[in-house]
Amino acid sequence: MLSYWRRIRIENELLYLFLHNRVAQVAAVIATVAIFGAFFAPLIASTNPHDLASFDILDSFLPPAWTEDGDTRFLIGTDDQGRDLLSAILYGTRLSLLVGLSSVAFAAVLGTSLGLAAGYLGGRFDAVVMRIADVQLSLPAILTALLVDGVARGILPREQHEDLLLIVLTIAIGLSLWVNFARVARASTFVERNKEYVQAAEIMGQHPVRIMLVAILPNILGPLMVIGTIDLAVAILLEATLSFLGVGVPADQPSLGTLIRIGTEYIFSGEWWIVIFPSMTLILMIISVNILGDFFRTVLNPRLR
Amino acid sequence: MAAFIIKRLIQSIFVMLAVSLLAFALFRFVGDPVAVMVGQETSVEDQERLREQLGLNDPVVVQYTRFVGSLVRGDFGFSYRTRQPIGEMILERMPATLELGIVSLLISLSVGIPAGIYTALRNDGVLANAILVVTLVGVSIPTFVIGIFLIYLFGVQLGWLPTFGRGDVVEIGWWKTNFLSLGGLRALILPAITLGVYQLTLTMRMVRSEMQDVMNTDFIKFAIARGIDYRTVHYRHALRNSMVPVITIIGLQFGGIIAFSIVTESVFQWPGMGLLFLDSIRYVDIPVMSVYLVIIALIFVIINLTVDILYFIIDPRVRLKAEGS
Repeated sequence: MLSYWRRIRIENELLYLFLHNRVAQVAAVIATVAIFGAFFAPLIASTNPHDLASFDILDSFLPPAWTEDGDTRFLIGTDDQGRDLLSAILYGTRLSLLVGLSSVAFAAVLGTSLGLAAGYLGGRFDAVVMRIADVQLSLPAILTALLVDGVARGILPREQHEDLLLIVLTIAIGLSLWVNFARVARASTFVERNKEYVQAAEIMGQHPVRIMLVAILPNILGPLMVIGTIDLAVAILLEATLSFLGVGVPADQPSLGTLIRIGTEYIFSGEWWIVIFPSMTLILMIISVNILGDFFRTVLNPRLR
Repeated sequence: MAAFIIKRLIQSIFVMLAVSLLAFALFRFVGDPVAVMVGQETSVEDQERLREQLGLNDPVVVQYTRFVGSLVRGDFGFSYRTRQPIGEMILERMPATLELGIVSLLISLSVGIPAGIYTALRNDGVLANAILVVTLVGVSIPTFVIGIFLIYLFGVQLGWLPTFGRGDVVEIGWWKTNFLSLGGLRALILPAITLGVYQLTLTMRMVRSEMQDVMNTDFIKFAIARGIDYRTVHYRHALRNSMVPVITIIGLQFGGIIAFSIVTESVFQWPGMGLLFLDSIRYVDIPVMSVYLVIIALIFVIINLTVDILYFIIDPRVRLKAEGS
C-alpha cells in the first residue's frame, strides 16, 4: 500500500507542491488569519468602531499596552477619537477584503465573459473588444478607478452617493481590472476552440452560449484563477489608495486606507502607532496574496517549473 | 518611413477624438453646467439666457465641434470651483509634476536596468535572490505607505529632509524649477524616491524577463557553444538585443509615473497636476476633470507615437514588416 503522502502526491500535485513550499505556507497562514479576523470581526473585536457609544474621546491617543502610558484595554493603542485600534483594524480588514473580493468578482465576470465571447466568436466583436482593452490597458488602473469614482460623484446626488459609495468603489476598481481577465480568457479560448470536444458539441447542435459556458469555461479556469489571485492584491491596494486619497470608502467607516490617512496626521506629533499598525496589516496582506499568486502561477504553468 | 508615420498620426488623431468625445460627454451631461455656474437666486429666465449664451441649446454635434475647436485653440474653459481659466491652472502646475516625474524615471531606470540584468544572469546568487525578495516586497507596499515611512524616518526621526511642498523654487519665466536651488533639490528627494520605487521594481522585472528570454535563444546558445567568453556573450550579444524593449518600458513608465504622481503629490502636498486632479474629483469640478483627461491622453498619445517611431528606426524587423505590407 502506498504511504499516505505518496498517495497525496499522485492524486494532488497542487497540495504536494504546497506542502513543500515554506514561503507559500506562511503566506497562506497570514491570508487565512486575515480572512478569519475579517469575517469574525464583530465577535473578536472588543469594541465596535461604527458604534459611537462604544468609545470615549477621553481614551484618544493612548499608546500600545506594552509602552509606559499604555492601557491594557487597548492592546495596540487608540486613534484620535479614542477607538480601539485593533478593533478598527479588524473592521478595516473586513471592509478592504469585502471591496477587494467583490471588485475582483465583478472584473472576473465582466472580463471572462467578454474574453470568452471574443475568443469564440472572433470577427468584428473580437476586434472591438480587444481595441477597447488596448485603450484601457494604456490607462493605469488607479487613473481609471479615480475617473469612474469622479464621474459617479458628478452623476449621483450627494446623499445617494454616500449610500452607494461601496458599490461605486467596487465598480470603479472592477472596471480597471477586467482587461487581464478578458485577454487571458480570449487567448485560452482560441486554443480550446479548435479542440475535438468543442467541435463535437458544435456538431451536436448545442447553443454557442452553452458551448462557451459548459464546455470551454471549465477548461480555461486555471489561468483565470492565477489572474484572480494577483488582481486581488491589486484590488486591495487600489481600495487602500483611494481611501487614503479621501475618495474611497465613507469617512466614518474604518478601512485600512482611511486609518492610515488619519494616522499620517499624527506622525509629526509622535503618535506613530496609529499609522504603523494599519500599514503593517495592509502590507502583510498584500504580500501574502502576491506570494500565493506567484505560487499558483508557477504551479499551473509547467513552463515556469 | 513617411507613410508609416502618417498612418500612426491618423490613428493618434482618432484616439484623441474619442477621448475628447468622452471628455465632452463628461462636461456636458454630468450635472447641469448652468446650475453650477449661477447662484441660488438667479431667475429661470436668466438661467435660460445664460444657457442660450453658452450655446447649450444648440444641437449636440454643433456643441461637440465647438468643444473640440476650443480645445485645439488652447481655450479650456473655467473651473467651477476657483473660476480661474483651466489652461492657466494646469500650466502653472505642470512643471512641478514633470520635474518630479523625470527625476523618478531616472531613479527607476538607473537602478532598475542594472539590477534586472544582474538577476537575469545570476539566477541562484545570494544577492540576486535578495534583490528578488526586495522587489516582491516593493510591489506589495502601496506608494503612499512608502512615502509615509520615508517622511517618518527622514523627516520626523532624523529631520534631514523637508517632507512638505516644493521648497525654494527658482522662476525661469513662468516655469518654476526645483533644480536650481539647494532647498528645491532637497524637497525633491523624498517624493522622487517614493514615486521611483514602484516603477523601479517593474523596470527590474521586465528587464530581467527580457534578458532571460534572449539568453534562451539559439544565437546565444550558439555563441556560447562557439566558446566566446561569457562577458562578450552577455554584454555584446544578449544585452544589445534585450535593450530594444527598454524603449517600450520607458514609454510604459511615463504612464505609471503620471498616474502614481497623483498619490505621491497627495502624500507630500506637492503642488502638481495630480493634486489638482484630485481636488477636482473631491469637489466634482467637472471641467477640470475633463481637461485633465484630454491632456493626459495627449501625453500618452505623444509617448506612444514616439515609441513607435523609435522602434521603426531601431528595430529592422519592424521596418521590414511595415514596408512589406
